[in-house]
Amino acid sequence: MMVSAPQTDINWAFGSALLDPDIPLPVGVTGPRGKKAEKRFAVYRNNVVVSLVNALGDIFPAIRTLVGRNNFGHIAGKFVRAFPPGSPLLFEYGRDFPDFIAGLDPLRKYAYLPDVARLERAWLDAFHAADAVPLGFDALAAIEPAQLGELVFTAHPATRIVESDHAIVAITMRSRAGASLAGIKPDTPETALVTRPDAAVELRALDRAGGTFFRSLLHGEPLGAAAGRATEADGHFDLAAAIAALIESGAFTALSTAQTTTGGE
Amino acid sequence: MSEHSPSTMRQLPAAASRFPNLPLPPRAGAGLKPEHVDAILADDFRIGFLEVHAENYMGDGGPAHRALAAIRERFALSVHGVGLSIGAERGLAPAHLERLARVVERYEPAMISEHLAWSTHTDHYYNDLLPLPYNRQTLDRVVEHIDQVQTRLGRAILLENPSTYVAFEQSTMSETDFIAEIARRAGCGLLLDVNNVLVSAVNHGWKPMSYLKDFPLELVEEIHLAGHAEDTDDEGDRLLIDAHDRPVCEEVWQLYEVVIAQAGPLPTLVEWDNDVPEWPVLRREAHLANEILSRHDASAWLGRRHAAE
Amino acid sequence: MTQKTFIGASALAGAVAMALSGTTLVASTSGASAAGKEKCYGVSMAGKNDCAAGPGTTCAGTSKVDYQGNAWKYVEEGTCASMELPDGRMGSLEPLTRDVPA
Repeated sequence: MMVSAPQTDINWAFGSALLDPDIPLPVGVTGPRGKKAEKRFAVYRNNVVVSLVNALGDIFPAIRTLVGRNNFGHIAGKFVRAFPPGSPLLFEYGRDFPDFIAGLDPLRKYAYLPDVARLERAWLDAFHAADAVPLGFDALAAIEPAQLGELVFTAHPATRIVESDHAIVAITMRSRAGASLAGIKPDTPETALVTRPDAAVELRALDRAGGTFFRSLLHGEPLGAAAGRATEADGHFDLAAAIAALIESGAFTALSTAQTTTGGE
Repeated sequence: MSEHSPSTMRQLPAAASRFPNLPLPPRAGAGLKPEHVDAILADDFRIGFLEVHAENYMGDGGPAHRALAAIRERFALSVHGVGLSIGAERGLAPAHLERLARVVERYEPAMISEHLAWSTHTDHYYNDLLPLPYNRQTLDRVVEHIDQVQTRLGRAILLENPSTYVAFEQSTMSETDFIAEIARRAGCGLLLDVNNVLVSAVNHGWKPMSYLKDFPLELVEEIHLAGHAEDTDDEGDRLLIDAHDRPVCEEVWQLYEVVIAQAGPLPTLVEWDNDVPEWPVLRREAHLANEILSRHDASAWLGRRHAAE
Repeated sequence: MTQKTFIGASALAGAVAMALSGTTLVASTSGASAAGKEKCYGVSMAGKNDCAAGPGTTCAGTSKVDYQGNAWKYVEEGTCASMELPDGRMGSLEPLTRDVPA
């Protein structure tokens, strides 16, 4: 992480000392008329760490609720120092956070936390993704039955999938709503489908077969192949429900066969 | 380094305007918070203008952009950058300047401003407005960076005076001389944050009135007002923190009136970023600013009287 | 992974017809997606840039103890514990999580 920097580089010295209170104040930093500046410099240390911890709490509100505010403050503080933001866009921050909490021993018994964090990060990506008009039922209705198997779908820029061995959709939705988690079996596998058909981000829980179906379509496989994969994953796969979800969720913006492309722009 | 004339640069028309041409009026505006958008659009009281932090609108799309477009349809807009890091030793990030240019093209703001501060270094963004030593070396750097920004945007920006908690032994100039020289050489305008004046004055043992006397008020095109918190320094003396978490204090209102009496009515932003209250609380702060602006509206200083709304 | 199962045109057409008719389970439970719904423009914005000093002034973010990695111990205070299944006896999965597809 450290590379050599010119001695004159006040930004470098200042920046390093901001994140590590064991590093002495940068040369030349002082109070007025030679007054001491430890506490003054601590204002900057505080601003950086606290504002970034708060930003992480806003990006991962379910995690903050699940572990509690004090624990979250410690975890996020450690993360801020290990992984300061690489971009001035704070809504991009925290991409390493799910892996970071996966590596924390005290959280190991809560195995669902990293995937809940991945889902919250995906939620924010969907929130800021480009606008696009989702595909309507009419586009699907216009397709000749013989061509359905070859249909390929174009993903909406907001669409994300997060696969998990845990009940991440239920846990995330209830935590964000401040609702009770009683009754959730955390070890129920759920694949989260994250979409933004209009202004609001929506979450849907898919089972394994549904997850296979959507992942296959998002990888550009045709409808027939995706349906086949999902049926292999689970013989009870409900194709009609999955196709309805495909349109209702707004996960896609266009469809095409070998000859044509139709759909929203 | 080229010398810019702000008056000519600002007249560049947008190629194809999406929004009405609305200059910032010499009245109170507010920092736009997403949770206030519906209340602002529904309010009978028409706020003078709104200001957003550029970085919050650098995503591709989504509800934030939808809300800002609805605001921009009806209100004058100021875009206030917090992440350009104009004081950074390693130079501006070209990608971030491009992002700012995209926001400006997208929303055609009446005003663009940034801070006399730095916040990024190499790969890290510290999310705070960090202070600079004031000397020839940093002066050249800041002027060069503002020049780059104005060249890319094709228009002048405003530079805001900082609130600071430490000083540097490397400083050889006063803050006011430093800022005046930047504005002269870069051809930028100035944004005077009156709360920052008080915060820095108390923290460094300056007299706020002396600071204002030395500040080139004739270059000021916008005012910021905000509330601050109070702490103590290493020696137990008063240390003010630029917290933006409460109403504007009486001392700042008095300094503000001094500025307006001298410079004439100016677009005045009320900032509130932490513990953001309901819209009516911000509106009340805006009313207080408007009262002061109205008292000096008829003064017609040097013919630079602004048309009333 | 190679895909072997072939879904015929008539099966696909039947499924699409059902989906279009709005009689699928999804159509009837789409309210379950409401977690992300927000009205009008009043949306919260996570991870936003401000230009204010962080709350807490000089007290937080400066502790040397915090910086030294292992000083932190997890203390039960959040809602995690409400889902622990010491003997698997807590209730069954609620309908909320069983949206799409059945």
